[in-house]
Amino acid sequence: QVNDAESTVAVEFTPTIPHCSMATLIGLSIKVKLIRSLPERFKLDVHITPGTHASEHAVNKQLADKERVAAALENSHLLEVVNQCLSARS
Amino acid sequence: VKDGSWTVLQLVEALGSCLENTDPRTRGRGIQLLSQVLLQCYSLLQAKEVLHLVLFYENRLQDHHLVIPSVLQGLRALSMCEVLSPGLAVSVLKAIFQEVHVQSLMQLDRHTVYSIITNFMGTREEELKGLGADFTFGFIQVMDGEKDPRNLLVAFQIVRDLIAKNYALGPFVEELFEVTSCYFPIDFTPPPNDPHGIQREDLILSLRAVLSSTPQFAEFLLPLLIEKMDSDLQSAKLDSLQTLTACCAIYGQKELQEFLPSLWSSLRREVFQTASEKVETECLTALHALSVCLSRSVLSSDTEDLLDSFLSNILQDCRHHLCEPDMKLVWPSAKLLQAAAGASLRAYHCITRSVLPLLLEQYIKHPQSSQRRTILEMLLGFLELQQKWGHVEEDESTPLSLQDRVCSVVFAALMDPSVQLQLVGIRALTVLGSLQGFLSPSDLELVVDHLIRLALHEEDSQSSEAAMEAAGSLAPIYPKVFSGRMVPRLEEELQSGQEEESSRDHCSRQQRCLQALAAVSTHTSIVRETVPVLLQHLRTVQKGSEAKNAQDVVSVCQSLHRVALQCQQDVEGCWYYHQTVVPCLLAMAVAMQESTYPLLGKALLEEEVLAAMVPVISAATTHLSPELAAQSASHMVPLFLDGEVSFLPQNSFPCSFQPFEAGECLEAQRRLVALLMAFVCSLPHNVTTTAAKCFAGLVNKHPEGQQLDEILQLAVNRMEPSLVEGPRRTQALTLLLWVTKALVLRYHPLSSHLTDKLLGLLGDSELGPAVADGFFLLMAESPDVLHKGCHANVRIMFRQRFFTDNVPKLVQGFHGAGPGVKANYLKALSHVLNHLPKPVLVTELPTLLSLLLEALSCSDRVVQLSTLSCLQPLLLEAPQIMSLHIDTLVTKFLSLTSSPTMAVRIAALRCAHALTSLPVTVLLPYKARVIRALAKPLDDKKRLVRKEAVAARGEWFLVGSPGR
Repeated sequence: QVNDAESTVAVEFTPTIPHCSMATLIGLSIKVKLIRSLPERFKLDVHITPGTHASEHAVNKQLADKERVAAALENSHLLEVVNQCLSARS
Repeated sequence: VKDGSWTVLQLVEALGSCLENTDPRTRGRGIQLLSQVLLQCYSLLQAKEVLHLVLFYENRLQDHHLVIPSVLQGLRALSMCEVLSPGLAVSVLKAIFQEVHVQSLMQLDRHTVYSIITNFMGTREEELKGLGADFTFGFIQVMDGEKDPRNLLVAFQIVRDLIAKNYALGPFVEELFEVTSCYFPIDFTPPPNDPHGIQREDLILSLRAVLSSTPQFAEFLLPLLIEKMDSDLQSAKLDSLQTLTACCAIYGQKELQEFLPSLWSSLRREVFQTASEKVETECLTALHALSVCLSRSVLSSDTEDLLDSFLSNILQDCRHHLCEPDMKLVWPSAKLLQAAAGASLRAYHCITRSVLPLLLEQYIKHPQSSQRRTILEMLLGFLELQQKWGHVEEDESTPLSLQDRVCSVVFAALMDPSVQLQLVGIRALTVLGSLQGFLSPSDLELVVDHLIRLALHEEDSQSSEAAMEAAGSLAPIYPKVFSGRMVPRLEEELQSGQEEESSRDHCSRQQRCLQALAAVSTHTSIVRETVPVLLQHLRTVQKGSEAKNAQDVVSVCQSLHRVALQCQQDVEGCWYYHQTVVPCLLAMAVAMQESTYPLLGKALLEEEVLAAMVPVISAATTHLSPELAAQSASHMVPLFLDGEVSFLPQNSFPCSFQPFEAGECLEAQRRLVALLMAFVCSLPHNVTTTAAKCFAGLVNKHPEGQQLDEILQLAVNRMEPSLVEGPRRTQALTLLLWVTKALVLRYHPLSSHLTDKLLGLLGDSELGPAVADGFFLLMAESPDVLHKGCHANVRIMFRQRFFTDNVPKLVQGFHGAGPGVKANYLKALSHVLNHLPKPVLVTELPTLLSLLLEALSCSDRVVQLSTLSCLQPLLLEAPQIMSLHIDTLVTKFLSLTSSPTMAVRIAALRCAHALTSLPVTVLLPYKARVIRALAKPLDDKKRLVRKEAVAARGEWFLVGSPGR
C-alpha cells in the first residue's frame, strides 16, 4: 500500500511455508530494494502477512528495527547475499 | 661471412685471443659474437666446419656460467644446420643433459634449450630414438620444475611429440606423467599487458593434449581426475571433465575398468548436486564419452561385459528417481540416462529396455497433467535418441515393441486439455513420425487427423502453431498421406468459409487454414497440391469487392511467401513455384491496376497488397538458377517494356500496360531484382521511396562505364534544381540518399561528391534533420534492397571507408555550424559511429570524445539528447577509453538528470546506468556522490524517469559491493 501524500509505503509478504528460514532474508531484501529505489521522504514498513509464519513477530520486529537493518548491511557477508538477491541477471 | 669473403675459420682465428681470454666476461662476449654470426648464416656452413664448431661448443658447455647462454645460442644455430653429420645431435644432447642444469638458467636460455631439442626432434628423429629411454629421461630432467608459461607451451609440445612419435619411454612413464601432470589443473592468469599473448586456454589445451595422448598414463591420470572433480574450483572441475572426455577417445576397457565405479559416483554426484549448468553439461558429455568408449571395445566371450555392468549401475542409481516426477532429481537422472544411452545402439537398447516401460507405466499412474508432461518429455528425449541410429531391425528395437503403448500415450496427451501437455505431445508426434516404420498407416492417418484438429480448431494459438510446424516437418517424410488427406480437408474448410461469410470465427479459421496450407508445403509434391489451392483462393477473394478482402489477399500472400521460403532450397519445386505463382500474381496486379485505378478508396488497400506481394516474388526469384532466371526475365522484360502480356494466364485485358514511358531507367533492366523493384514503382500509387530504392538498385548493379556515368549525370542534374527549392525537396532528398547509398556501397568515385552534398544539406534548416536521419539509412543494412542477399554490389569495409572520409568533415561542420543546426551534425555523427564496427571505433574514439563531451555542455536539448544517445552505446562498448573521462562524464550526466526536458533526463539516467559497466576501480570514488545525486530523480514527477532512476541507482549500489 502506497500513500504518496503521507509518504508511506507498506509491504506485506507471504513466506512459502510457516517455517520458512528465509523469511528474514526476504524481508531484508525487500526493504533494501525499497530503500534504494524510493525517495528518502518515504517511511517504509515491511512485514509478514499476519498468520503466515511461525515466528512472524520476531521477524517483523527485526525488520522494523532501523539499527538492526543498518547493522545487517554493514556485515559484508549478509550484504553479499542481499545483493545477490537484488541483482537481476547473472 | 655472409658474402663469402670470410670463412668461419678465419673468424674464429681472428677471435682467437678473445675466445681464450682468461676473463670469463671477455670470453663470453667472443662466443656471443661467434654465435650471432652462426645464427645468421648457419645454412652456409660446411659439414667439417660444423663438426669442429660442435666439438668446440660442447667443450665450452663446461665453461663459466656467464658463458653458457651464448654457448646455447651457438648450439641452437648449429642444430638448425642441415649438414650436421650423424651422431653429433646425440652427442650435443648428451652434453647438454650432462653439463647444464637447465632449470637454473634464465627463461630465455631455457627456451633456447627447448628449441635445440625441438629442432633435433624435427630433423634427426631416427638418431634420437637410438638414444632410447635415456633421451626421455634427459628431457624429464630438463623440464622438471619449469615455471614460465611460454616455455611450458614448448615443453608440452615436445612431450606430445615424444609420445605421438613413439619415442621409447622405457621405465619413465610415471616420471613423464608426474612432470607434466603436476601442472594440472592449470591455474594461470595472464599478467595485464602481456605481450606474449599466452592465454590460460592455450596452456589448458596443450596440457590436455599431452595427458590424453596415451593410454599408458591412464592408471595415473584417472585417480587424479577423480580427485580434481571433487575440487571446489569450478574451473578445475570443468578441466578434469573435459580431459576425461578427451581421454575416452583413446582409452579402452582395460584402462577404464578399475576406475569405473568411482568415476560414475563422481559424475553422478556432480550432476545431482551442481548448480552450474556448465558443469552439468560437461558431466553429461563425459558420461557420454565413457559410454561410447566402453561400447567401442570388442567383446571377448570370457570377459565380463563392462558396458553392461556400467549401465546397470547407472540404471540402478537413476531408475527410482524417474518414478517421482515432482522431485528435483528427475531431470538430472533422465539426462544422465540419456547421455549414456546416446553413446551406442547397444547402450541404447540396454537402457531403453528397462526405462521405457517404466516411463509408460508412470505416465498412467500419474494423473496430473504437469507430472505427465515431465514424464512425456523424458520419454520424448529417449525416443529422439533413436533417430541417431536410423532404421533398426524390427526385433531389436525396444520402442518398436512398445509401439502401441507409446502411441496411445501420445494420442492421449494430444487430447488433454492442458496446453503444455499438448505441446509436448505434438513434439513427440514429430519424433515418432521421423522414426522409420514406427507408425503404421492407420496410426499415420490418426496422426494427420489429430494435427488437422489441433491446427484448425484448437483455441490456444501456441498449440495450433506447433501442430502446423509438426505437420510441416512430417510432410516430407509421408508426402502421400499429407497431400491425400490434409490438403483436401483444408481446401474444403477454405471453401466452406467462403459460403457462409463474415462471422469472426470463420475469419480466423480461414486464416489458420491458409497458414496450415503454407506450413505443410515442405515437399515438392505437396507444393504442387497446395499452390493451386492458394491461388484459387486468391482469385475468388479478389473477385469479391468488399474492403476486408484486401486483408485476405494479404494473408494469402503471406502464406505464399512462406511456401516460397520453404521451397527455395529445392530447385525443381522452386522453378515450379516461380512458374505458377509469379505470372498469376503479375496478371492480377496488372488487372487490378487496369480496373481499379479510378477508385481512390481501393487504392490505399492496394498498396498494402502490393507490399505483401513483393516479398513473395522476390523470395521466389532469389534462389533461381541463372539459366532459369534468364528464362523468366525474358518473359518479364517484354511485359514491362512493351506491354507484352501473352505469357500471363487469363490475358483478357487490353494491352495498355507500359510503365516505362517516361523512359528514365530503360537501359539497365537486365537484372531481375531490379525488375522486381521496377515492377513495384511502375504502379501508380507508390510513393517516391520505392522508386528511389529501385533506381538505387539499378545504379548499384550497373557495370562500370560511360553509360553508368551518363545515367548518374542525368539523375544528378535532375535532382539538383529540385533540391534547392520547391515543393519536391523531400522527394529529391530521398532519391539523393538512396543513390548515395548505392554508390557508397560500391565505392563509386561520384559517391564522395554526393556525400559532400549531403554534408552541405546538414546545415539546411529545413532539410537538415531529415538528412541527419538519412545517415542512418546510409550506414545501416537495408532490409529489402541493396543488401548481400539480393546480390547487391557491396564492397567490404565500406563503413570504415565512409567513416574515415567523412567524419573529419562532419566534425569541421559541427564547429562551423550555427546553433540551430549543430544537432544535425551531431546526430549524423552518432549514426555513423553507431554502425561502425567496434574495433575501428575504439581506435578512433579518443579524437572524437572531446567533441562529444563538449556537445554535452551545449544548451540545446536536441544536441544534448543526440549526444547522450550516442554516448550510451559507447559506454557499454569501449569502457577502457571512456573511463579516462569519468570525471567529466559523471558531472555532466548528473547535472543533466535535472534537465527540464523529460527525454534528456531519461537519456542522462540511462547513461548514468551505462557508466556502471566501466571498471569498478574507476567508479568507486564517485559511488557515494552518484547515489546521492540519483536520489532526486527517484522522486521525479514522470514515471518513466523514475523507472530509469531506480534501475540506475540500483546498479550503482551494486558497484564494488560483494555479491554483484
